[in-house]
Amino acid sequence: MLQTQELQINIGPQHPSTHGVFRMQVTLDGETVVDLKPVFGYLHRNHEQIAEVSTYIQSMPYTDRLDYFNSMTSNYGLALAVEQLAGIEVPQRANYIRALMSELTRILNHATAIGFILNDMGAWQTALAFSMREREKILDLFEMASGARMMCNYFRFGGVVRDLPPEFMPQLKDLMQGLPGFFDEFERLLRDNEILLGRAVNVGILPPEIAASYSVSGPVLRASGIAYDIRTADPYGAYSELDFDIPLGEVGDVYDRILVRFEEMRQSYRMINQIIERLPDTTGGHINPAMASIGRQKALRPPAGEIYARVESPKGELGFYLISDGSTRPYRYKVRAPSFINLTPLGDMCRGHALADVVVILGSIDIVMGEVDR
Amino acid sequence: MPSLSADELRGIIEQELPGALHNPAVLCVVPARLPEVARLLCDILDHTFLSNLTAVDYPADGEIEVVYHIASLGGGVPLVLRVRTPREHASVPSLTSLWPGAALQEREAYDLFGVWFEGHPDLRRVYMWDAFEGFPMRKDFPRQGDKYFAGSGEE
Amino acid sequence: MAAELQLEAERHGVFLTTVTRFYNWGRRSSVWPLSFGLACCAIEMMATGLARYDLARFGAEMFRASPRHADLMIVAGTVTKKMAPQVVRLYNQMPEPRYVISMGACATSGGPFRDGYNVLRGVDLLIPVDVYIPGCPPRPEALLHALMTLQAQIDSQQLDQVRWYGDDEPHEYPVPTLGRQGLEIDGALIDPVGGLPLVSPLRGPQYGEQRSGEIEHPQQVRLFPIMDESVARETPFRASGVSPEIAADDLKRSDVPEVGHAQSQR
Repeated sequence: MLQTQELQINIGPQHPSTHGVFRMQVTLDGETVVDLKPVFGYLHRNHEQIAEVSTYIQSMPYTDRLDYFNSMTSNYGLALAVEQLAGIEVPQRANYIRALMSELTRILNHATAIGFILNDMGAWQTALAFSMREREKILDLFEMASGARMMCNYFRFGGVVRDLPPEFMPQLKDLMQGLPGFFDEFERLLRDNEILLGRAVNVGILPPEIAASYSVSGPVLRASGIAYDIRTADPYGAYSELDFDIPLGEVGDVYDRILVRFEEMRQSYRMINQIIERLPDTTGGHINPAMASIGRQKALRPPAGEIYARVESPKGELGFYLISDGSTRPYRYKVRAPSFINLTPLGDMCRGHALADVVVILGSIDIVMGEVDR
Repeated sequence: MPSLSADELRGIIEQELPGALHNPAVLCVVPARLPEVARLLCDILDHTFLSNLTAVDYPADGEIEVVYHIASLGGGVPLVLRVRTPREHASVPSLTSLWPGAALQEREAYDLFGVWFEGHPDLRRVYMWDAFEGFPMRKDFPRQGDKYFAGSGEE
Repeated sequence: MAAELQLEAERHGVFLTTVTRFYNWGRRSSVWPLSFGLACCAIEMMATGLARYDLARFGAEMFRASPRHADLMIVAGTVTKKMAPQVVRLYNQMPEPRYVISMGACATSGGPFRDGYNVLRGVDLLIPVDVYIPGCPPRPEALLHALMTLQAQIDSQQLDQVRWYGDDEPHEYPVPTLGRQGLEIDGALIDPVGGLPLVSPLRGPQYGEQRSGEIEHPQQVRLFPIMDESVARETPFRASGVSPEIAADDLKRSDVPEVGHAQSQR
């Protein structure tokens, strides 16, 4: 057999398929990956330190920039943590609006995530164009509600910043009419696509017990067959009242992760339908009246104590660990970023695969550097 | 198995591993006994998911606290374990042998707070570059920014 | 005057051009950006490239993965100190003529993350920037406008005065290194972690300037495409993305006042 020398190559930080400024040091034997070391920190912009010298509400816009695809769910995490810390009640209507925004975010995120995997496989932006089309429609809704496309900054402690405008619901119903067609079209394009099957089936397998010990969460964990979803494991907001299933994968390969995301989009669609039905009958306003003024939000002094609150962001378990010393600023502010921790098993998943599979496996984890590096 | 409450856990630890708790009121563990307590949680009590690991700097006490949030895959609120270590030469046993998922989170705590995790296979800086000196998330690290120069007060 | 003559000549079926105009027309009509996403703004940059906003209308849809193919670096996102050497190196690798759009508040000044210990306070500390876009993140329309502003800048350039053919401008910008305390150039600390930037390497004595401690470089014209009213007032054509010279043979001919009409008003 021909003796070959191990080769070190460096992917990133500027590389079109690393989803931002992520770097991987790959050791290759021929075409096979022997070892892979991720290198972080190229987008480490000190969210936690800035949050520790800011008031609680000042951190809300920064959470938008954590996971910049899913600003709504990142908002939700901070709002939930501070509400639990300060004991603020959230009206039912606000909870439903929050769930609506989170599920729209999930559709947006999963659609683009699948598009990016295809981009990494070499389909370039063909599949991405489909998902970005739907993303723009959802962003229009976000803009209508919050005033911004991407960085919504929509949540406040005790509710959301303003109620849905009257023209929101008709447009949402329009979107909902189109969504099943989009899911079918997108799935028909991809599900039995020979190239996708060849690149995704049995690639990057993550067995369930290893996934759990690696603290992986979100669709990556569920694709490995573990039904762990914060929305049911530790329900928050309106999720205990909504009816939905947790889709699971069987093998835990890249293909399962894609299928789980497809199915989660359909489940989100189901939930949004329930929310649309129930929203007119919900009680309370869009925000707790005691917290409705911006002055109250700014002057919030949670009692001394600590909290670890979690939401199910589309990437996985997003946790906020806050320690209050009774002042207007948190003493310690820590974000448990799902994309960061989901990267822990990347080396193990890639070992033994070809170099070209590395970007596909990385794409299937679905990372956002703003959250990985914070 | 359903999730435990902190009180139940305190009772179990005091019964199974006497002397392992440094401060039972907040479930603060003696650093050397941390792997045992973690193994008890993971293997017997079925809290197999290390959700979060972080460090908190308490310069007033001269200590750094490492906080672990450990959840059960069956659901429920995660349990909290703590370890306290002096700020100078902060060192805590690593849990990577039990939870490989702790690897990156321990590296993060080392990078930003300077806590040495004994037994970690690859403890390097994760966000800052290797040549960098200092631990930027400690409370006494200088802040970059004009508004801190004037000594910003509370609103 | 030249533009009016040209319009008049074109009306009689005679097409004239100058080398400068032809050169500028060629460069501005196919600006190839570097596919270089740093953070949040990169997502809006991608959205700009895709169907709804369709950057291809301006000839700039070819996002190149290699800096050797690219004319334009869109610095889309927060530049951290750890990333700064790579940003400068990528800029150095781009062939001249090369342009930089600083997209968003972070790339322009550090933005909301300005106070972070690891955040560079504006990419213009290290490389020259042609167009700044405010916003966090800027909407895709703002990026389109920035591109049009850049095209207007390209149009206004004279071949004999462009900076990369002169000796004043360095062709290689100094690449900072990551030191024990922060960013260093030639062993001297320029931007400490947790402190304020000391001096811009663009103003170092080796480039003919005294170290002043200033972090600005006012010799470069800053065009804020949206915020600055004077830009819109003084150069309406530039603000609308069309220089009067190019407008003559551009598709937007109807936007240019009729020559005869303009003369009669005078």
